[in-house]
Amino acid sequence: MGAHHGPAKGFMRWVLTTNHKDIGTMYLWFSFAMFLVGGLFAMVIRAELFQPGLQIVEPEFFNQMTTMHGLVMIFGAIMPSFVGLANWMIPMMIGAPDMALPRMNNLSFWILPFAFAMLLSSFFLPGGAPNFGWTFYAPLSTTYAPPSVTFFIFGVHLMGLSSIMGSINIIATVVNLRAPGMVYMKMPMFVWTWLITAFLLVAVMPVLAGCVTMMLMDIHFGTSFFSAAGGGDPVLFQHIFWFFGHPEVYIIVLPAFGVVSQIIPTFSRKRLFGYDSMVYATASIAFLSFIVWVHHMYTVGIPVAGELFFMYATMLIAVPTGVKVFNWVTTMWRGAISFETPMLFCIGFVFLFTIGGFTGVMLSMAPADFQYHDSYFVVAHFHYVLVAGAIFSMSAAIYYWLPKWTGKMYDEGMGKAHFWISFVGFNLTFFPQHFLGLAGMPRRIPDYALQFTDFNLMSSVGSFIYGLSQLLFLFNVIRTIVAGKPTSEEKVWDGAEGLEWTLPSPTPYHTFSTPPQVK
Amino acid sequence: MHSQATRLCKLTLSPVLLLLSILGNVAWAEDTQRWQINMTPGVTEVGAKIYDLHMIVFWICVGIGIVVFGLMFYSILTHRKSLGAKPADFHESTSIEIAWTIVPFLILIVMAYPATTTLLEIYDVDDADMDIMVTGYQWKWKYEYINPNGENVTFFSNLRTGKTEIYNEDDKGEHYLLEVDEPVVIPVDKKVRFLVTANDVIHSWWVPELAVKKDAIPGFINETWTRVTQTGVYRGQCAELCGRDHGFMPIVVNVVEQNEFDSWLGEKQAKASEIKALMSKQFTLDEQMEAGKAVYMRSCVACHGVNGEGGVGKPIAGSPVATGEVSGHLDSVVNGVPGTAMQAFGNQLNDVDMAAVITYQRNAFGNNMGDIVQPIDVYNFKSQ
Repeated sequence: MGAHHGPAKGFMRWVLTTNHKDIGTMYLWFSFAMFLVGGLFAMVIRAELFQPGLQIVEPEFFNQMTTMHGLVMIFGAIMPSFVGLANWMIPMMIGAPDMALPRMNNLSFWILPFAFAMLLSSFFLPGGAPNFGWTFYAPLSTTYAPPSVTFFIFGVHLMGLSSIMGSINIIATVVNLRAPGMVYMKMPMFVWTWLITAFLLVAVMPVLAGCVTMMLMDIHFGTSFFSAAGGGDPVLFQHIFWFFGHPEVYIIVLPAFGVVSQIIPTFSRKRLFGYDSMVYATASIAFLSFIVWVHHMYTVGIPVAGELFFMYATMLIAVPTGVKVFNWVTTMWRGAISFETPMLFCIGFVFLFTIGGFTGVMLSMAPADFQYHDSYFVVAHFHYVLVAGAIFSMSAAIYYWLPKWTGKMYDEGMGKAHFWISFVGFNLTFFPQHFLGLAGMPRRIPDYALQFTDFNLMSSVGSFIYGLSQLLFLFNVIRTIVAGKPTSEEKVWDGAEGLEWTLPSPTPYHTFSTPPQVK
Repeated sequence: MHSQATRLCKLTLSPVLLLLSILGNVAWAEDTQRWQINMTPGVTEVGAKIYDLHMIVFWICVGIGIVVFGLMFYSILTHRKSLGAKPADFHESTSIEIAWTIVPFLILIVMAYPATTTLLEIYDVDDADMDIMVTGYQWKWKYEYINPNGENVTFFSNLRTGKTEIYNEDDKGEHYLLEVDEPVVIPVDKKVRFLVTANDVIHSWWVPELAVKKDAIPGFINETWTRVTQTGVYRGQCAELCGRDHGFMPIVVNVVEQNEFDSWLGEKQAKASEIKALMSKQFTLDEQMEAGKAVYMRSCVACHGVNGEGGVGKPIAGSPVATGEVSGHLDSVVNGVPGTAMQAFGNQLNDVDMAAVITYQRNAFGNNMGDIVQPIDVYNFKSQ
């Protein structure tokens, strides 16, 4: 075999790379850029909702903002960021030299900038960008949609292809490339959660593809899948969409759980409590996630027996999720805890994600949901689990592994500031939204009755604080890469365990070309 | 001595507390208050049950939260490396894990019981005293009182808040965005069944104080019901994204005594007969212009402008449609213009109003066509 050489030079390095670290880096930067774009849309939304009345945008454009905020954040920011993390970390965590299918890995990434260029360019089409909500119910998204819906459908197909190929890669890698001695029940939790997530993705992404293809047929080829006039059913759309949509939210959150399961033990200096149960709980959550989708559709007119089944199944998911929360807290219990930035974000995660879980239990109660559904109570719930859940977890992950990737320490003071400002800003933005929903404010409205003024004002102020603090994060990351204090420690964090912490910092371009022996 | 004083205190206190709780409920019964942080128990038995379920689950979650977060924060404060703590080395306990799997499961069963009984009650639409068909349109509601003994009463309910308030040119009224031209009127203490559907996209009919929310799905009819225990005015909004003016199609339900309801319904039925009678009348141009202007300001001005100058919709001033053949003009208004935002108004305006507004459009804004369109012309056009 030939001598190892470093990475190629110039732009073509990134276009042609098959290296999991390079591809992981590209996913992470792409997702951060999309996070800022999606965040910009959120700023427009909150600026308009700062006061009653229409001050800044027209209702049609507001609907484009809410739609694109959701699409960009879910498909452009959150999902690619965790795929990027998977790319960086899974091979190193299992002692593999790279992903199983490196060329397909490259394609999986490069599809995304094109998919999002297509989606974002739709702002400039007649009729504007998609305006039917990220959940794009028919017939609003078929018969009554602007021309950009077709760009949206192709964009979803492309993103779906990227996700499916990425997931196949993850499954093939984890199943085949674990180092000798790394049996399944010794894998790090991050690898377990991604393995299970990859199966979820492979199972439900094709369903989403089917859903948008049926839309395409209805719009352009005269079919009536979702039109009652032609013998179809708008509710069929909702079933197909949410059959994807519910597992999707677990696709988003399971890797986030995996990250937290890595970081809390490190800073508690104590092994993860109940590793086996954590694996089984994750698998239970994944299984249950397939049989609860109708809880997004409680007001659609489902027969009572069906409604009761889905209510009971949804309530059940609280059990394995609760087990995970208890296990994280018990990991901390009687540890020797220190509070570096990654740990702060993880503690924030456990606290705030659990609050989101509680409102989830409330939402699962079908009769009560008749008052919560499509109100700001739901918006509050999912932002608690998605932002204080997934995004806090991703922030923790970046702070945790950046010194390993770059060999440079981030500024701890700035990291802590980012955490605290995010924590305050996030809660100021979303806690009042529970009240708004309970008081009767519907979602997806650009203007509201006067009694909703005060909490909307608070929420908007919070959102500007939260948004600005992400720029602090960006600054810290860039400054670290360019001029951070060098660290050559393999174990950057004294409590860290795992194969990645046996590697030099920064990690060499190729690692584990010879597999390690795992005891 | 003491015990008598205590008994006296308790005797006076309990009715005071009772009064306060009643007052508290009354305050919640009408409009949502500023700074309101909780769901309303509303003015129906079902609403109260939903509120109770909501509160039970809420307090259980608060209890679990206090325990879990309490332990976590205790750990954060005392199990710190900086305080010299040495980490323990336990990492599993089958018995604890089984316990904290079973206990939450049991708590869920406790919650499931009231949830199930309340849901079964909500689904029982039988034995209603009256039926109202609710149809969601972009962007208004249509109500049809189904009368087995005579004429149905049908009317549209549009947002009444003006654009000048929305665009911050005028001060906002007390019921900003929650007021309509024609509220739904129902009798108190009677079971009213709603048959909910839609004309175009999915909408959702939601009145928080009635604890009713049901999706309005085009091509399908959903059933729900309410029995309101207190007269008053209750306001709600559309609860499913339905396009541009999703936030501007509110619901107002006026709950009145049975006799007041009967006379209201009687008036509406009389008006419907009147319209029928007017079908054969020949109106003068002045009469049509006056009536037509009122219809225009209700139904057309949002898209076509106060002076017919256009906006979201095309201008009517100098429009080839309004200055062309009457049949073409009727076609555009009655059948709408497919592929555009111009809806079909044929089912939304009665023939008398339709004739008036078309006459107005043809003669106002400098169009001056000189035609008068009569109700019978509209009827004949529709019958083709």
